[in-house]
Amino acid sequence: MEKEPKIVAFLCNWCSYAGADLAGVSRLQYPPNVRVIRVPCSGRINPLFIINALRNGADAVLTSGCHPGDCHYATGNLVARRKFALLKNLMDYIGVEDERVSFSWVSASEGTRFAEVINKVTERAKKVGPNNGLFNKESGCGGCNQ
Amino acid sequence: MQSITTAVQNSAKKLLEENKVDVVIGFKKGTIPLRSTPVFIRDSNDADKLEWNYYCENNLANYLRNKDQKIGVVVKGCDSRSIVALMKENQLTRDNLYLIGVPCSGMIDRKKVNRIIGDKEILETNCNEDSLIIKTKDSEQTIKLNEVMHNSCLKCNHKNPVIYDEMVAEPVSENSNTDFSEIKEFEEKPAEERKNFFIEELSKCIRCYACRNSCPMCYCQECFVDSTNPEWIGKSAENVQDNLFFQAVRVFHLAGRCVDCGACERACPMDINLGLLTRKLYKDTTEMFNTEAGANLEDAPALSTYNMDDPQPFLLKE
Repeated sequence: MEKEPKIVAFLCNWCSYAGADLAGVSRLQYPPNVRVIRVPCSGRINPLFIINALRNGADAVLTSGCHPGDCHYATGNLVARRKFALLKNLMDYIGVEDERVSFSWVSASEGTRFAEVINKVTERAKKVGPNNGLFNKESGCGGCNQ
Repeated sequence: MQSITTAVQNSAKKLLEENKVDVVIGFKKGTIPLRSTPVFIRDSNDADKLEWNYYCENNLANYLRNKDQKIGVVVKGCDSRSIVALMKENQLTRDNLYLIGVPCSGMIDRKKVNRIIGDKEILETNCNEDSLIIKTKDSEQTIKLNEVMHNSCLKCNHKNPVIYDEMVAEPVSENSNTDFSEIKEFEEKPAEERKNFFIEELSKCIRCYACRNSCPMCYCQECFVDSTNPEWIGKSAENVQDNLFFQAVRVFHLAGRCVDCGACERACPMDINLGLLTRKLYKDTTEMFNTEAGANLEDAPALSTYNMDDPQPFLLKE
């Protein structure tokens, strides 16, 4: 049987988490691979969280917050956006697969979109396979085949 | 060079005699060739110890935080930019500093010199306009300065201090634009090759944290690598994954703050190519957000501000 990927999702309390809630009460189907961690705002996401999730064995990480301009704290996601842009570039640069780290904006009314995003992220995680890569502490020296 | 040394000495002497500062931080002759070492001058009679040459590579902004004295400091381009960046983060007060500005024409990389002359012991060195003369036991060799400059100095486009209280010499001409060719070249390589390159480089890392300690911008009370609760990262250098984790987060913490002085790379005892990581972030912040850390006093640090139309190419494609 194919190993099911583990996905960690950091969702902001005000939009994406509520979006997930809406997907739930609307009885929308989406893959059960995702483990949600609720954070106050996407601005609360420390890049350490994302790398650390990969280090501790997550196969993919999704970070999601309010759409730019809709932040509950007015500018939290705008400041976070700059961090995410740099982090994504750095991850690509050092050779972390594109599919491992995803970002999206999902609002509280977008239950359907939340389900779609999770579908997409799960599909991508399955495509790229288990995380034996750069940051997984269990993989020993996985990157250099020693 | 000699004229700059004299001017720095005179300036320091005057500052100390007139009690304008409590201490002058500059460079003195080191104990081995090709090395100058930072020095703290508190007495005007000691001002003659100060020197200026091609070996003053340390970033003196490192010594300025958490001091309640008035400090005079000899600054080259990168030092002054670090000071500006620290001032923006409220770590330094301009009033407590007296900046003796020195136009910098680049510093010499000892490792490059050693690579050229091999394992012969250097007895004496001499510098003139564009070349370095190395005397060993039985030979004398002349090397072009350009061949032995630090990589960061060759690509520097802020050779003159951006802020100063006095300049001790005429400004030197600047490179017109920043050269990121080596980063662009590396970006072009396939992901697998880049990954293997970093794994290989960081398998050399001994986790001495010299890169962190030499950086003027790395001043957290408790660094994430030292934290035990939560334990973000393993402490052993044997796990290459963790070494890369450390470097990735270290350079990320410096995004929009790093002035690309190259102190981390110089401090590395294992000769790891850290410039390839730090300069990547420096390039991205410069290109994406159109700001240069420490280049002026007005711009907010890149990551503490935002624009409504910032690029967001990182989003999941739907």
